[in-house]
Amino acid sequence: MRLRDIPITAWIGIAGIVLAFIFAIFAPWLAPHGESEIVAGVWEPMGNTYLLGTDNLGRDLLSRVIYGARTTLFVALAATIISFSLGILLSFTAAVSRGIIDTVFSRFNDLMMSIPTLIFALVVLAVLPQNLLILILVMAVLDSTRVYRLGRAVALDVAVMEFVEAAKLRGEGRLWIIFREILPNTLSPLLAEFGLRFAFSILFLSTLSFLGLGIQPPAADWGGMVKDNKDGIIFGIPAALVPGGAIAALAICVNLVVDWLLKRTSSLKGGRGDA
Amino acid sequence: MPELLSIRNLKIEATSYPPGEPPKRVTIVDGVSLDLEKGKVLGLIGESGAGKSTIGLSALAYGRGGAEITGGEVLLDGQNILAMGKGGIRKVRGARVCYVAQSAAAAFNPAHKLGDQVIEASVRHGLMTREKARERALYLFRVLGLPNPEGFGDRFPHQVSGGQLQRAMTAMALCSNPELIVFDEPTTALDVTTQIDVLAAIKHAIEETHTAALYITHDLAVVAQISDDIMVLRHGKTVEYGTARQIIEEPRQDYTRALVNVRQTGKEEAQDQSGTLLKVENITAGYPNGFKVLHDVSLHLPKGQTLAVVGESGSGKSTLARVITGLLPPLSGTVTFDGKPMSAALSGRSRDDLRRIQLIYQMADTAMNPRQTVRDIIGRPLTFYYGLRGAAKTARVKELLEQIEMASGFVDRYPAELSGGQKQRVAIARALAAKPELILCDEPTSALDPLVAEGILKLLMRLQEESQLSYVFITHDIAIVRAIADSVAVMHRGKLVRFGQKRTVLSPPFDDYTDLLLKSVPEMEIGWLERVLATRRMESAGN
Repeated sequence: MRLRDIPITAWIGIAGIVLAFIFAIFAPWLAPHGESEIVAGVWEPMGNTYLLGTDNLGRDLLSRVIYGARTTLFVALAATIISFSLGILLSFTAAVSRGIIDTVFSRFNDLMMSIPTLIFALVVLAVLPQNLLILILVMAVLDSTRVYRLGRAVALDVAVMEFVEAAKLRGEGRLWIIFREILPNTLSPLLAEFGLRFAFSILFLSTLSFLGLGIQPPAADWGGMVKDNKDGIIFGIPAALVPGGAIAALAICVNLVVDWLLKRTSSLKGGRGDA
Repeated sequence: MPELLSIRNLKIEATSYPPGEPPKRVTIVDGVSLDLEKGKVLGLIGESGAGKSTIGLSALAYGRGGAEITGGEVLLDGQNILAMGKGGIRKVRGARVCYVAQSAAAAFNPAHKLGDQVIEASVRHGLMTREKARERALYLFRVLGLPNPEGFGDRFPHQVSGGQLQRAMTAMALCSNPELIVFDEPTTALDVTTQIDVLAAIKHAIEETHTAALYITHDLAVVAQISDDIMVLRHGKTVEYGTARQIIEEPRQDYTRALVNVRQTGKEEAQDQSGTLLKVENITAGYPNGFKVLHDVSLHLPKGQTLAVVGESGSGKSTLARVITGLLPPLSGTVTFDGKPMSAALSGRSRDDLRRIQLIYQMADTAMNPRQTVRDIIGRPLTFYYGLRGAAKTARVKELLEQIEMASGFVDRYPAELSGGQKQRVAIARALAAKPELILCDEPTSALDPLVAEGILKLLMRLQEESQLSYVFITHDIAIVRAIADSVAVMHRGKLVRFGQKRTVLSPPFDDYTDLLLKSVPEMEIGWLERVLATRRMESAGN
């Protein structure tokens, strides 16, 4: 693949994601102030001293956005990746094996999906110790039920194709069939779903934070920052829009990259999908 | 008499988007001219990609898949329909010119009753009232010989057979009393025994309604039965254009001669009956819902020979292949391979058992992973069974490509970058890579053009001579059986009707089914259809 084949939209997306990662990794050096350091009065306007103003407790907003990239990006991305790995593995296994394995997996998945996600998350997070790992895992497991649904549907379509039968006839194992025969042919819908799910993860994380079960204060996360500063909007203070804008920008960037990958996978020579 | 349809210097182009290259213009049809009188049938024949469907659709001023008519004119009754504009064309389509598609099953809307769909165009065009249209549909159902014509219109597409659906589609085209019908391979997807009925029905209906027709097909024997004139096309150009009799009996061009003479060669059957490789005994197989597809089938195949299994779709011949491979464990009966009983289920067979029996599918497109290159496709069995990797694997892949008469430059191609014949060759190479003793061929040539198919058959025969391969060759084509088989099994509705040496099976006295099957295969001869139909009528009169 040549660099100049990458369309401009994908470059924008890549640039945005790279920027977010730089924020996340180098936060202590980039941020002008500490994450929870109170530096001035409440809701100072944007200006020279505080580039983006201050928040509802008088903390520097720019610093918090930079630090917030850490938790938001890390938790949401990790949760999405784990949920996809889990969902794809289980759904493909079900689609290839059929029979009892499929039934057990699918009914269990239905059971999980029948409980409202948020309430389920509340209960589980309230019981388990509160740390990042648990948070990520809970988000990933809950999200993987959706991935499972999609994964099983697309994999079933491919699993009945003759080249999969040919692989079975050759005596190939289940893993080969899942990862070498089916996965490459289902990448398009899965990638599209990935972009969507990632944005949902950020929103879900902020919802949990809002309820006090996500990222714990004073640590910054973008969703939590929207909630902290939402009251300012009534007084015409734009502080809530800054982290909100960051969430929107990141979601758009991820989707720009995903769209480009989607086009690549589906227009591959002989690719299935919407080429 | 003035021509009804007259195409002058037609040129059709499309834009293709080759991967990694800038888009380019391709000429699909180049300078084709033809004339068709009222009440006559013109056959368009050629292999896939010859532009025959594209020409057919141009009679409706339609370009499929981005094809554009860029030159020439299409005169319908002296009027150039290409210059008519959208509104004018809409008045022509469905009213004066109708189209019968290849796959009736895909062309009917499954959510509506057949009767409503048949009369839709006529009513929409305001040509007749709903009642009149229904009467006309009923009349056409009768002419086309559909069973229970009164109730036929109330059925849904999934409730009738493929042959009936194709006839319903013909009724739909005839309903508005068009001046011209374009038939696009209407019988290609049908069994020979069904094809003959549909052919007869179409021919009768055309005669009855004095409609002109363009008949598109790749089967010269079929078109010979129905056309007055034939045009042979290749790569978008006219190869030969003349009366049906002239084309069949004295073709002037080499390409036409090749088409006429395709598969006229036969093979001497092997006599040696010792050394049984495959033995299938009393197989009864079916699906978990209790539906039995095979009833008590027993046959055997000596080493290094070819067993042809013939029958129409639904006769259970593919199921037999699935039982032999272990994909479908039979309800009862045994499969013995090289003196050793094979486990009924796939999971019970060792890797070596699997290696020794390979399967070649009908559709090479779906039998190969579209995301693997030729190297991966042919190389995987080498790694899997023989542990070959790296340079050794690549060398062997190239060797196999050479064996199937393909250049080594193909190793990095994806299946989508190969032609139909090349794909099937790669599929054969994949089977060969395992060094099998038995190859099950499930209609490997039925999706291919006749000349390409002949190439594949010759390749298979050569491989058999070289490495003593045995084949179970599943087909519905008697001509193939004559060309390659040593022994023949005729299947009908899951039962083995006839089995034995080719000479015995294909010579009289016949049982009823084999007789029907043999008589239904179109022969490259003018007047064959009438003769067969006449014999049938006499027989039924005699009964």
